[in-house]
Amino acid sequence: MAQSEQEILEGLAEIVNEETGIETDSVELDKSFTDDLDIDSLSMMTIVVNAEEKFSVRIPDDEVKNLKTVRDAVTFIHTAQG
Amino acid sequence: MTPSSAPRIVVTGIGATTPLGGTAPETWEGLLAGRNGARPIEADWVAQYDLPVTFAAQLVVPPSEVLTKVETRRLDPSSQYAVIAAREAWQDAGTPEVEPERLAVAIGSGIGGVWTLIDQWENLRVKGPRRVYPLAVPMLMPNGPAAAVSLDLGARAGAHTPVSACSSGAEAMGLGVQMLREGRADVVVCGGTEAAIHPLPIAGFAAMHALSTRNDDPTHASRPYDVDRDGFVLGEGSAVIVIETEEHAKARGATIYAVLAGVGVTSDAYHITSPEPGGAGASRAMVAALETAGLAPTDISHINAHATSTSVGDIAEAKAIKRAFGDATAGIPISATKSMTGHLLGAAGSLEAVFSILAVRDHVAPATTNVETVDPEMELDVVLREPRKLGDGDVAVLNNSFGFGGHNVALVFTTP
Repeated sequence: MAQSEQEILEGLAEIVNEETGIETDSVELDKSFTDDLDIDSLSMMTIVVNAEEKFSVRIPDDEVKNLKTVRDAVTFIHTAQG
Repeated sequence: MTPSSAPRIVVTGIGATTPLGGTAPETWEGLLAGRNGARPIEADWVAQYDLPVTFAAQLVVPPSEVLTKVETRRLDPSSQYAVIAAREAWQDAGTPEVEPERLAVAIGSGIGGVWTLIDQWENLRVKGPRRVYPLAVPMLMPNGPAAAVSLDLGARAGAHTPVSACSSGAEAMGLGVQMLREGRADVVVCGGTEAAIHPLPIAGFAAMHALSTRNDDPTHASRPYDVDRDGFVLGEGSAVIVIETEEHAKARGATIYAVLAGVGVTSDAYHITSPEPGGAGASRAMVAALETAGLAPTDISHINAHATSTSVGDIAEAKAIKRAFGDATAGIPISATKSMTGHLLGAAGSLEAVFSILAVRDHVAPATTNVETVDPEMELDVVLREPRKLGDGDVAVLNNSFGFGGHNVALVFTTP
């Protein structure tokens, strides 16, 4: 079932918090995963895999490098959910 | 290096999380009070696998109460316990100001990250390779705890992982002494950790009849030296100490608990699990520890024995002690603290080193509990039921640790 972008943002923030301890409030659309949130590549892989399960989508490895900001990820998931 | 020319190595910090307490002082208090850490395992897998042993000596304070959510997620339990104990030891030592390049770590483990290894295997089996946690390998690797402590304290003079089964923790302390004497570091954080209360090690130890099966009475199951001993009680936890040269400790005004005066390490080359029956290898370790400490057998005021409560092991150690100490044996009070803590495997030697350090400080030998009838074959002065005062003079305590593979480590701690 497709979710709203706000629901996806909230769900993604929970995943990020679970993996890295970053406060959910800090996970904002314009934040860069690496530059602003300081998330390393290992944590990013875990976040991607957990997001796949949570949102019932597939995020190909090739696509991960394009997900630079939280907005990129939310948009991708929203589109993939159709 | 002769004892006279070697710099004296002193203990300036202790930390532990154990089945008797969440800190070293709480654990020591529990030990002197005669408390017992064994209790039934409240996990579904005990019934699921119909395990022949249903109890273990488990931590009093779960790591999740001490560490952050992210730390518990990213560290195998064996690393979590080590980080908790190392932080306490570091605080206790007064958070020494030392160049990162002069601070080293040595944390041993007997089993390693068994929980991570098997949990991640389950993920692979059930959900596929994509669901294997990206930190699976750094979490399960045996050097994970040493690496985690090194990262936590910013130690850059080397992070080591001696692995010698149940003597790992003691061997890490021996390695620490070596590093200080070689001038590789000014301060070393060393000890052992173990988190193996998992169905596989339990089933494995049970298959070799090493574990007590006193399921109906866990707190009386670990009974070293008793005629009715039937195996060890599996324990978990970590104990870590901070050591440095006496010169370094005095220069920074540190409080000194004890001198780590002697280290003896040998191997049996006899059998993969059985101790050499005459105790030759273990005895050589004790003699070497005395020699490096510059002490005679009659100088030793107390022995914290390895004594795990197995039928063969306790006797072999008793013979080894008599072989090393000869006529002096009769005058030495001997304690088997595993009667209360259970057997912490790779952390056992380091926890018993902490007990030996505190025995030096407090002039007291802890009791051996659960002994109803001392096995007459032992011929040792076992401290029974109540702790025993060691007198007001200088104290020297020898601590034994032995491991599957024929590893023998003896440490000597003395009054500063």
